[in-house]
Amino acid sequence: MSVASSQTEPDVANIAPRKQSLSDYWLLFTDYWRTVGAVLWKDFTAELRSKELLSSMLVFSLLVVLIFNFALELDRAARENVAAGVLWVTAIFAGTLGLNRSLSMEKDRGSLDGLLLAPVDRSALYFGKALGNLLFMLLVQAVILPVFSILFNLPLIKPLMLVVVLLGTVGYASVGTLLASMAVHSRARDVMLPILLFPVAVPVLVAAVRASSAILVAAAWEEISPWFNLLIGYDVIFVAVAYMVFDYVVEE
Amino acid sequence: MIETRALTKNFGLKPVLRGVDLDVAPGEFVVLFGPNGAGKTTLLRILATLSKPSFGRAAVAGFPLPAGAGEVRRRLGVVSHHTLIYGDLTAEENLRFYARMYGVPSPGKRIAEVLRQVGLSARRRDLARTFSRGMQQRLAIGRAVLHDPEVMLFDEPYTGLDQDASAMLDGVLREVAARGRTVLMTTHDLARGLAVADRVLILSRGVVAFSAKAREVELGEFARVYDEMVRQ
Amino acid sequence: MEKASRNLQILNVLTIVLLVIATALVFFYAPRERVMGDVQRIFYFHVPSAWVGFLAFLVTLVAGIAYLRTGSRGWDRVGYASVEIGLVFTVMTIVSGSIWARPAWNTWWTWDPRLTTYTILALIYVAYMMLRQGVEDPDRRARFAAVYGIVGFISVPITFFSIRWWRTIHPVVIGSSSPTAEGGFDMTSPMRLVFFFSLFTFTVLYFCFLANRLRLERLAERVEQLKARWLSA
Repeated sequence: MSVASSQTEPDVANIAPRKQSLSDYWLLFTDYWRTVGAVLWKDFTAELRSKELLSSMLVFSLLVVLIFNFALELDRAARENVAAGVLWVTAIFAGTLGLNRSLSMEKDRGSLDGLLLAPVDRSALYFGKALGNLLFMLLVQAVILPVFSILFNLPLIKPLMLVVVLLGTVGYASVGTLLASMAVHSRARDVMLPILLFPVAVPVLVAAVRASSAILVAAAWEEISPWFNLLIGYDVIFVAVAYMVFDYVVEE
Repeated sequence: MIETRALTKNFGLKPVLRGVDLDVAPGEFVVLFGPNGAGKTTLLRILATLSKPSFGRAAVAGFPLPAGAGEVRRRLGVVSHHTLIYGDLTAEENLRFYARMYGVPSPGKRIAEVLRQVGLSARRRDLARTFSRGMQQRLAIGRAVLHDPEVMLFDEPYTGLDQDASAMLDGVLREVAARGRTVLMTTHDLARGLAVADRVLILSRGVVAFSAKAREVELGEFARVYDEMVRQ
Repeated sequence: MEKASRNLQILNVLTIVLLVIATALVFFYAPRERVMGDVQRIFYFHVPSAWVGFLAFLVTLVAGIAYLRTGSRGWDRVGYASVEIGLVFTVMTIVSGSIWARPAWNTWWTWDPRLTTYTILALIYVAYMMLRQGVEDPDRRARFAAVYGIVGFISVPITFFSIRWWRTIHPVVIGSSSPTAEGGFDMTSPMRLVFFFSLFTFTVLYFCFLANRLRLERLAERVEQLKARWLSA
């Protein structure tokens, strides 16, 4: 992103190089986030119209919960043990669905090119897409959590629980968006994303399930906090990796 | 404005462009013909900064590719046979999105102006997926000129259009897109291409095999030359 | 056919010699372990295999980063060859571990952190191969593989810690689950000698496989080039 657009002749700039002032940095900063916002707004507006993604993720989640109900004979005690696991397995499967569709829609219509043609930082495209995916997953969770509470008869809507859901979904969405961007170009597209994503997302699953379980039984903070730290660490590391590496995924 | 020297592109071991030399002067309208597989789309993708050359040099608007890709994108408008339009957004919303991506100043005014130029003002609140193919192409052109680029690339814009739509596209191309800008267009349509071009080129088997001023070429003869080249 | 270079031939012979010596050491020189008996000798193959599985992944990481920065196809070949070899050694590790566990702890499998993480490592390897298979364009294939190699490698230590914490905070109820796959035994100095020699041998074996695999890949590409030239002439 160059600020030379505010100058008329590039050659003049070479004679007396401008020092990057604070306002230049601010301009770069706002440009970057304007792009992120634009991509996010576009995905959100389009999705609100068609509701394709949200409805399929939602219906799928409910079906998975239903299947678990039949697959696992759950008495009261068992339900408590297993609730966190079922919740997160559902989230992971539905999330895969959303990630796949969100990126394959771009690729099939060729609109990925439209994004790449714009004079924007590639990583801004990544953040826009990842935030969009994150938002959709959280919206689905917002519906699933209460449904879960009712079906499993467990108090799932606690503030700490919401934080875990946020942290876990951030980790999943950030790695998921990066890997989905690759999976979408491969032949066995629908199956490729889970194959790539699940082994790498294991820490998120483990930490989220353990933290959720602990919160459900109102365990002590010392039992919950290491999992929080793990989730935060994972999120930071992989968002950073995705930021550095996304260029190579989209450029040809 | 656009120049390439010995531009080569290989996909793995398969050579697609085998040393293309190209020069498009500022304000010139050049049409590139060529059979399928000649490398037209590949060449355009490289100039559009979507792809990197394997060897050779390319430069657009004075900036070398791929090093100056960021600068080039700002000055480039591209219309491909994918419309790059989002069906679930209205025409206006599509343009607003791209206006934001390109950092267009006073977007509201500019969008209204562009919609008027491509003749879609009346339909601006309609979802793009309700548009006919011809209207989608016009919206795509609107999208491409939104940021007032110096250089335009058209990749087979007439694909999928009937006679009426093609004629309308001609008009829009001449008034809106081509005016004052440098244009490189690829197409299969010999007659149409010859009619709009300043200069014509034929790309065959990865190199520029023919180049002439459009005025000096007669359609029938051109068709024969083209057939010969394609058959080789 | 192009003959293998002198260095490669020497490496091949050296590797075979080392393997023979290592095997002899393991079966004749290493003492019989007090508790587990002869089955413990698997340890001398099992742990070095595990090490090579991990080393191969490390090489893939480095090759991936190098490829992204330089764009040179050679690095992609290294990454790819390394994953192939790594996968073989990883499977060997898991199988040999399983064979050892049965007589030692009376179970084919435990969900202990090391083994579980190692299995996930194997799955990441497999995913890498499948990704490569699914992408047609060679440049894109190489880039994607490099990126996945990096992402995969970074995830492995995090996965290991997450599973380990899980096991310590909620201890496993079943009996035979020591987190150390080697079992709890101390090594006497002849054992140490055999172990390190075996480790060294396996490392050399890895590089021998890698060099041969790279040569094979280069020859295969030559064939493709000649084919392409012949067909398009």
